Amino acid sequence: MIHSLFLINHSGDLFLEKHWKSVISRSVCDYFFEAKEKAVDPENVPPVLQTPHHYLITIYRDKLFFLSVIQTEVPPLFVIEFLHRVADTIQDYFGECSESVIKDNVVTVYELLEEMLDNGFPLATESNVLKEMIRPPTILRSVVNTLTGGSNVGDTLPTGQLSNIPWRRAGVKYTNNEAYFDVIEEIDAILDKSGSTVFAEIQGVIEACVRLTGMPDLTLSFMNPRLLDDVSFHPCVRFKRWESERVLSFIPPDGNFTLMNYHVSSQNLVAIPVYVKQSITFFEMGPCGRLDITIGPKQTMGKTVEALMVTIHMPKAVLSANLTPTQGNYTYDLATKVLVWDIGKLNPQKLPNLRGSLSLQAGAPKPEDNPSLNIDLKIQQVAISGLKVSRLDMYGEKYKPFKGVKYLTKAGKFQVRT
Amino acid sequence: MSANSAFNDEKGGSSSVGEPEYGHDPASGGIFSSDYKRHDDLKEMLDSNKDSLKLEAMKRIVAMIARGKNTSDLFPAVVKNVACKNIEVKKLVYVYLVRYAEEQQDLALLSISTFQRGLKDPNQLIRASALRVLSSIRVTIIVPIMMLAIKEAASDMSPYVRKTAAHAIPKLYSLDPEQKDQLIEVIEKLLADKTTLVAGSVVMAFEEVCPERIDLIHKNYRKLCNLLIDVEEWGQVVIINMLTRYARTQFLNPNMNESLLEEGSDKTFYGSDEDEDEEEEEEKDKKAEAPAMAKRKPYVMDPDHRLLLRNTKPLLQSRNAAVVMAVAQLYFHLAPKAEVGVIAKALVRLLRSHSEVQYVVLQNVATMSIKRRGMFEPYLKSFYIRSTDPTQIKVLKLEVLTNLANETNISTILREFQTYIKSMDKDFVAATIQAIGRCATNIGEVRDTCLNGLVQLLSNRDELVVAESVVVIKKLLQMQPEKHSDIIKHMAKLTDNIQVPMARASILWLIGEYCEHVPKIAPDVLRKMAKSFTNEEDIVKLQIINLAAKLYLTNSKQTKLLTQYVLNLAKYDQNYDIRDRARFIRQLIVPTEKSGALSKYAKKLFLALKPAPVLESPFKDRDHFQLGSLSHLLNAKAGGYQELPDWPEAAPDPSVRNVEVKDSVFTLLERVTTLTSVPEWTKCSSREKRKEKKVEKPFYSDSEGESGPTESADSGNFRGLCREQSSEEEERKHERKSKQRKSESESESDEEEESESESSQSESEDSESEAEVKKKKKAAESKPPSKPVKKDNKKEKKEMSLLDLDDFEPAPSPQATPVNTFLSNSLATDLEGLSLSDAVLSPATISPSSALKSYEMLHRITGEGLSVEYCFSRQPFSPDANMVAVQMQFTNNATSDTKNLHMEDVKLQSGMRVKEFPEIELLPAGEMVTAVMGIDFCDSTQAANFQLCTHTRKFFVSIQPPVGELMRPVFLTENEFKKEQGQLMGMNEITEKITLDAKCRNEHSIVQRVTTAANLSRVPCGSDKECRFAGRTVTSSSLVLVTVATKEEGAAKLTINCEKMVIGTMLVKDILLALTQ
Repeated sequence: MIHSLFLINHSGDLFLEKHWKSVISRSVCDYFFEAKEKAVDPENVPPVLQTPHHYLITIYRDKLFFLSVIQTEVPPLFVIEFLHRVADTIQDYFGECSESVIKDNVVTVYELLEEMLDNGFPLATESNVLKEMIRPPTILRSVVNTLTGGSNVGDTLPTGQLSNIPWRRAGVKYTNNEAYFDVIEEIDAILDKSGSTVFAEIQGVIEACVRLTGMPDLTLSFMNPRLLDDVSFHPCVRFKRWESERVLSFIPPDGNFTLMNYHVSSQNLVAIPVYVKQSITFFEMGPCGRLDITIGPKQTMGKTVEALMVTIHMPKAVLSANLTPTQGNYTYDLATKVLVWDIGKLNPQKLPNLRGSLSLQAGAPKPEDNPSLNIDLKIQQVAISGLKVSRLDMYGEKYKPFKGVKYLTKAGKFQVRT
Repeated sequence: MSANSAFNDEKGGSSSVGEPEYGHDPASGGIFSSDYKRHDDLKEMLDSNKDSLKLEAMKRIVAMIARGKNTSDLFPAVVKNVACKNIEVKKLVYVYLVRYAEEQQDLALLSISTFQRGLKDPNQLIRASALRVLSSIRVTIIVPIMMLAIKEAASDMSPYVRKTAAHAIPKLYSLDPEQKDQLIEVIEKLLADKTTLVAGSVVMAFEEVCPERIDLIHKNYRKLCNLLIDVEEWGQVVIINMLTRYARTQFLNPNMNESLLEEGSDKTFYGSDEDEDEEEEEEKDKKAEAPAMAKRKPYVMDPDHRLLLRNTKPLLQSRNAAVVMAVAQLYFHLAPKAEVGVIAKALVRLLRSHSEVQYVVLQNVATMSIKRRGMFEPYLKSFYIRSTDPTQIKVLKLEVLTNLANETNISTILREFQTYIKSMDKDFVAATIQAIGRCATNIGEVRDTCLNGLVQLLSNRDELVVAESVVVIKKLLQMQPEKHSDIIKHMAKLTDNIQVPMARASILWLIGEYCEHVPKIAPDVLRKMAKSFTNEEDIVKLQIINLAAKLYLTNSKQTKLLTQYVLNLAKYDQNYDIRDRARFIRQLIVPTEKSGALSKYAKKLFLALKPAPVLESPFKDRDHFQLGSLSHLLNAKAGGYQELPDWPEAAPDPSVRNVEVKDSVFTLLERVTTLTSVPEWTKCSSREKRKEKKVEKPFYSDSEGESGPTESADSGNFRGLCREQSSEEEERKHERKSKQRKSESESESDEEEESESESSQSESEDSESEAEVKKKKKAAESKPPSKPVKKDNKKEKKEMSLLDLDDFEPAPSPQATPVNTFLSNSLATDLEGLSLSDAVLSPATISPSSALKSYEMLHRITGEGLSVEYCFSRQPFSPDANMVAVQMQFTNNATSDTKNLHMEDVKLQSGMRVKEFPEIELLPAGEMVTAVMGIDFCDSTQAANFQLCTHTRKFFVSIQPPVGELMRPVFLTENEFKKEQGQLMGMNEITEKITLDAKCRNEHSIVQRVTTAANLSRVPCGSDKECRFAGRTVTSSSLVLVTVATKEEGAAKLTINCEKMVIGTMLVKDILLALTQ
């Protein structure tokens, strides 16, 4: 299956290699570098490349390329999903997944990779299991280890590895028992020039942070589960219970995890929280254009829209922008041609407006097309679909946990065409 | 601390780019001296006796390996530490060793003995990691050692070690393919493993070593299907992919009646509700089946085929994209057309994932959407393109949108396309224009609209856009040129501006082809082209020649000279293609005396009506590759790709998936018990009831409170799984029964199928307990009048089984008789058929145990008149094959009646289970009653403690099995016996020299004594000096082999081979006692 893994940074330096079978020369990456040159944008590098003797499957995560070398037939998604799991694990262990962090913890990363794959086939990918075998570094532990000669490597088989609930480790103990759930919804939408909705849907995710002693069995039920159209679950969720009763019944992993992803049925009309009035024009005569954008609240469920931000990828010909915002501030990156207007809180009394002129490269033809606007926003304490958790019950343990549910609505891929 | 700082320096240095490579050839001088020092201090640290220094050194070395630096010269210093006590040092040494062993084979051999020792370690993690490293060392000399280690680990107690063994198999195979045959044996053994932990890994090994040995899967097929949901995600992917291939070889095409079913099924398919539950689906099945039945040769889906589809469906909800994709491809390749729709939603969901995932999923959706367009139509908008998508994603989405276009949605799609054309991403715009072209060719209604739109694009500022439009317009015009002479004129004008060669060539070709429609313009174009001929690209030059030739043929008056001129220019062109073309055309069109007959037909040759091009999706026919595979993605066969076979014409024998005969005894018994209540049960077929039942099904196997996660995986997993499965099975069975009732005329074959589905039930070794209790309740509710009948029958049955004990008839037949009376004919025949086949089991080889020994559970005095004795009846326990049947005899010696005799408060060791005996409502004074309970002792002699309760009192009692009762007889031939014995040598073999009791020197008495002591069966044997016996432990089915070899003077040798050493040692004691006293 997976033969080797190379980690390559944004600028093309190869800084870590791991082989699970015999060693493959790093020159195999040249094919990848070639494709990377061609693609200009790192996002556009094809994820699967064919070379005379190998296949390269790459993912681009956090400005790093995880490049795996394959020799025989294997489902590409298998590899892609696994590589993302590697990145997730690194993030989970060290708080971020970046070149410097990996270089600082190169031995731990190497040990992790050794545990995660055996002969190219995944062995242990569950974070709870890995953490028992190789403990994540903490300052306290490294001090203790230097003094006592202890190590970060476990010497017994993690219980999760053998149990039928590998995601939870045994013997969890907390003084404060708490279970928090964040219901986060993202609105994916495309609005056309006139402001009418071309396409809109709501995707949601329930992130959980569960710190409970022992082996609790939780049941989470919704007021209106019928809203949920398509769901995917963490393996801990009992699917049959969901199918028959529409409740989430599970023995949770310890710590942070994603409980479920869902999609709200498309029959429900999606509330679009803001409207955008915009005009971006480029003049035929003279190298300049005009920009005027106003944003106002539409259906906000009575809450304030926060962290409002507009991002515009300008045509190549736009040299600079001379704009005045009535609220917030804007930046224009000359190299990437990205205009970002950071508005902050939306005040319904005084609508934020950005207007001014754009100057174009002299001699360049007038850009044909208008750039589309990408909008970011947040609304606290509301799930835009109206989904509500009705209750959380715990079985199997005696104590009373602290429970909490938080709602948040965000803009996902929210785009206004112009 | 100093070491630590050195390490930090090292790390700091690592980020600087131009760091010199150390560890080069030692003779390279210069730089080498300092490097040498550096490695020197590492060596020193490794040689020290402080673990912390060693660890530091190893960390530095591994960091160097990670960066791809060569540290092979440290090999001797490192390998010395392989036996280091510190576990982290050891691990890092392993990492080093695996990396360099291939280069330093001789030195690597030094470490082997450490691993061999590790293989015997009591800690399973150490055993496993020793095997992992040993098998990763790619040194050919140790192949035999590896082989031995793998074989041993394959029968290890720990499932984790067995998993590691499965991983080691492909490693050894790649090192030495000649070991294949032996490895297949190990794979076969591991495939039979019942733990979820092993399943994924061994199927992986199977796929790498012997994917062609599909026959190995038969026996394990149902088990794999049932375990699937509990296997870890990666294993699921591999198993599902393998089962897809398997199903293609074993089952019939569910869509073979597709054409006969007409639109009917299609409609249900489009109208399929989003959240359809299983009932609906089954309903649909029936609907689909109904017309099929009417046809001459009805297609009935193999229940195993259905099992696979049903068990994979929940995995569509997995968080792992690879699993979802695997299920999707399984449904695409295997499911009846009407059911494929369910995968669309899950695939669309994946489009929210990482862009790499999107890329792969879209490729597959593109292929699927050609075959089954309706599936994705409801999700059309999910494929709309955002300006922020990477180009490759955009192009793929465009492909899908184009595939989905039809008369009803084309206007929305075209509107969408219009916005795409304005995009800044020019590659994407070009792709959009092609997509428009394809829509126009596929859907006649919009052809004109598209054409007009494309013509407007001709005035676009971007040359690429114009060029692409020209190419597409050319293709469209070819379909109906006569209407569009104005467009051709317009395009002729474009030749002045457009510089893209492909576009110029297209225009020229168009003008040449349709020169009759533009008779005035064409010669003028040629004139202009002749002027610029020398500066054109090759492809354009060829078209100029073409144009000239065509004009010469139609309008030679005006163009003769021009043509001559062009041909002359071409004659001296640098490109030989063009020179050749010119020569060829001149011969053809300009009549000379030399030119042959061909020139007469020149006009026909050049101006023949050309068929319009078909604009096809590049994804057409890609589905001959298994979807989701690398080969599909690349549209080329990748190494190691296994072709997806075509459906067989006739289904191979489905009985190959039935599991061994020994189980069918249980099946039958089980059937008798279940059948007694079937008639009532079938009647309550209302849907609500079934729903009600569903509620109780747990999703994954949780063993609720009773088993913690620390418990070994096997038992916990199974319990949950079986529970779920049993109820499902129940449902299925019930459904079939009712069907059967409806149509008495069902064919024989159907019945066979049924018996099969039931044997699968027994195979799963489930405890029907819950389902059964529930069922009984339900039966009672639904039809009270029949209750007494049922009860009677039950009692009768019990008495029968009592009788069995006395005259040792094979169990099934007498039991089946009373049932017959009130069963439908078909079922009765069914039963008979089975009991016949079971007769095989009864021959003399299974020696009947004479006089069962009974034990006292409750004495008359302590029990205040109630006395209880129990014995191990050695009958298979019907509700659960993993349980030992314990027969209890209650005698009421008191003067008053005892009521409500039942058990309570069962206290068990972890893993053990009990199936309680049904409550005895009344035991009149002086009467005697027997009851049977089942206990799963988990292959241990731990006692099962519980309370025996009457309506007045509770008594603490316990049942402790002698080790001999923890097994059941199996039938082996002499050869099989020898083979198995050969595999259970070493620690698994226990030998004792004994002196036989004076009364027991002949063969008969030995056999009798051994079989009394242990529930084993005699194995036929050529020599009369030897008696052999074989059995399997009840819970784990580990083989137990006993040999008694007699010598003169009553001396004898007792040999026991058993995977479970504890059982072996205990059994030796028991048999020793039995033979010597």
